[in-house]
Amino acid sequence: MTTIDQGALNGTRAGTSWRACRFSGLRIESSAEALIKVNAVAAVLFLALGGLMGLMVALTRWPAVQLLPAEWFYLVLTGHGANVLLFWIIFFEIAVLYFASAVILGSRLAAPKIAWFAFLLMVVGAVMANYAVLRGDSTVMFTSYPPMMASQWFYLSLIIFAVGALIAVFVFFATLVVAKNERTYDGSVPLVTFGAITAGIIAVFTLASGAIILIPTWLWSLGLITNIDTLMYKVVWWGMGHSSQQINVSAHVSIWYAIGAMVVGAKPLSEKVSRMAFFMYILFLQLASAHHILAEPGMSSSWKIVNTSYMMYLAVMGSMIHGLTVPGAIEAAQRRNGFTRGAFEWLTKAPWGNPAFAGMFLSLVMFGFIGGISGVVLGTEQLNVLMHNTIYVPGHFHGTVVAGTTLAFMAMTYLVVPLIFQRDILWPGLAKWQPFVFGIGAGGISLFMMGAGTLGVARRHWDMSLTDAAHAYEFPAAAYLMMGLNGISAIMAAVGGVMFIVIVVGSILAGPRLDQPGAKLTFPLHDKSREAVSEYGSHATLKLPGTLILVGIFFACFILYYFVNWKYLSELWLFN
Amino acid sequence: MAIHPPSNRLWWKEPIHGIELAWIVIAFLWGLFMFFFMIAWHFIGQQNLSNETYKIKPEVYAERVEAFAAEFQAVADDGTPLEEDGVPVVRPPVGGDAYILARLWEFWPILELKKGESYRIHLSSADWQHGFSLQPTNINISVHPGYEHIITLTPTESGSFGIVCNEFCGIGHHTMTGRIRIVD
Ligand code: HEM
Ligand SMILES: [Cu+2]
Ligand SMILES: [Cu+2]
Repeated sequence: MTTIDQGALNGTRAGTSWRACRFSGLRIESSAEALIKVNAVAAVLFLALGGLMGLMVALTRWPAVQLLPAEWFYLVLTGHGANVLLFWIIFFEIAVLYFASAVILGSRLAAPKIAWFAFLLMVVGAVMANYAVLRGDSTVMFTSYPPMMASQWFYLSLIIFAVGALIAVFVFFATLVVAKNERTYDGSVPLVTFGAITAGIIAVFTLASGAIILIPTWLWSLGLITNIDTLMYKVVWWGMGHSSQQINVSAHVSIWYAIGAMVVGAKPLSEKVSRMAFFMYILFLQLASAHHILAEPGMSSSWKIVNTSYMMYLAVMGSMIHGLTVPGAIEAAQRRNGFTRGAFEWLTKAPWGNPAFAGMFLSLVMFGFIGGISGVVLGTEQLNVLMHNTIYVPGHFHGTVVAGTTLAFMAMTYLVVPLIFQRDILWPGLAKWQPFVFGIGAGGISLFMMGAGTLGVARRHWDMSLTDAAHAYEFPAAAYLMMGLNGISAIMAAVGGVMFIVIVVGSILAGPRLDQPGAKLTFPLHDKSREAVSEYGSHATLKLPGTLILVGIFFACFILYYFVNWKYLSELWLFN
Repeated sequence: MAIHPPSNRLWWKEPIHGIELAWIVIAFLWGLFMFFFMIAWHFIGQQNLSNETYKIKPEVYAERVEAFAAEFQAVADDGTPLEEDGVPVVRPPVGGDAYILARLWEFWPILELKKGESYRIHLSSADWQHGFSLQPTNINISVHPGYEHIITLTPTESGSFGIVCNEFCGIGHHTMTGRIRIVD
């Protein structure tokens, strides 16, 4: 590991203190470690709060239960969106960025004081947003479409949070520069860091468009601006809202590669291909807010078609490539590890008992099959009209951001706790099941909301039976069934979420200490000495039959589902 | 490993593996196909959202809808104006303009259209954003204040259809509905 040796030579600088990680061989600097800790802890706390709100929302949408009164439902739904999509995800992403720069490159963190200041701003913003929402005068959903107006505190809190996050992203970039100047690594940055750089670049664009739209909106709430154009607001708002989802994708794909590397010893099949796939996210995603505007008046069809696809869906292609190269790298690694029988021994004998691996692989599969396919269908100009603003939309993005991103982040936490907090995982028996309980619950809410949306049920809606409405309308019984199953899946996801939080908080506070000599990990990292062969295949002979079958199934599902929706569209009333 | 610098310093010179190359080509062609299919549907399909939109002041739009409803108010055989749930039923001329006003919290008025005939449906809001969700047909369109959106709609089945608001529009959002009647 030339990385570490070089770092030891060059990385000593007054005022920094270091330790070597006994399990991974990584060199870890103390301020980087502290900032990863606080950001990860804040993330988990906001997940706990937001997840609880998610459960209450889902139980309210279960017609037989209808837990909350209407006013509370809309308030809690606003809080749910903000706490999970913004605060949980972004705090965790900042931890990931610091990990992918300082820890993986064996560097010190640039400007730790500024990083602390950024953290402070983010905490202030997040707490203030919850205050604004709970006061009850900011029930506008986290998208806050005008002319519905929230209190000034709501907009201000999001601005403060975004500025904090932006500063943290700059600390990440500065750390990359420090690592390069102090030559803590040799050659090009590792793939995981490259993926994190992608996430960081997109984050800058995103947070900038967030500021562009939220600052005038805030001035409007103060009465300094009289009018906000509703359509332009959506176009710019989704410039932030959509691109920020691409940060999540870049971050969780990096995590897939990282967990594959750390747990089974996966190497990218080809550095060039995997990096190119990340690069596509940057090139082709910036204006993809278009697919949120497909059912809006006032934009031309050609604008919609071009901006929803950039002619050839190259960002989708980026994800499809990772969808091959991530399982492919794992298959190749497992074959090196000696699991060579049949097409799938590498998968059946994979370390499913390790929650980091299980969470990662479930995240990969569900992100592709549920979130990915439904996302492309929703983002098709004409097909969007079939499900715009129905509960299909939350179904789709719980497939991406819950079954995909959140599950991947949870999986990563099972490595962060031992490596950064130096505490072993408590209750391994429980931890083993956690990704499955949460994953199946999250997959369930995604699929059942998609099902109900296909039957027309609206999103952000307190009463699908429309009891108090001026004109009655009765949704089909199947739609009620779907919302009931959604409620049951939500309970399962919530149980998985509670398990996660209990395990993580318990381990951090009371897990067996790993900084003692002789301490061992309950869930071991990849042990290179156990590899059966040091190289698997060559460029000419690499065989990945299992991955090819999985990718083939995926592609068949994709095509089938795509055309089923066109068929469904063709049976609607005619409109143009 | 993915957490270490590439073992081959000249990684960008490595050849791309056959499996990866094949998948890249397939994904690329599929992406191109999906792009062209959206364009193609404008020619071969009969469900394309119109983009005919005009800026309009919400008050002006509301007046237009009132005038429209008064002019084409449906009357029963005995001459009394037709209503449902206290809302007038309006019969726009076949092929002509028909207006729907989205406002807190209803879609107003009720339209009665003929199956198989086309109408120019105008959609706009008097106040906040709303969501026009025609059920069980499942046609979903956003409605903005200040923008008058015109779609040419041809119903292909008869019966009574619900309009459910699916853009959050405040505390009465879940009470916001409307209706379209289609007669043979
Ligand atoms: C226990 C886990 C969760 C459950 C049971 C759950 C359930 C739900 C439900 C039922 C809705 C409401 C759909 C509607 O009425 O429109 C919703 C909305 C939403 N959820 Fe979750 N969710 C969970 C976790 C998460 C996580 C981890 C994230 C993000 C990472 C997330 C992001 C969102 C967002 C952004 C919305 C949309 C809010 C809005 O429409 O303004 N959820 N969730
Ligand atoms: Cu409404
Ligand atoms: Cu509404």
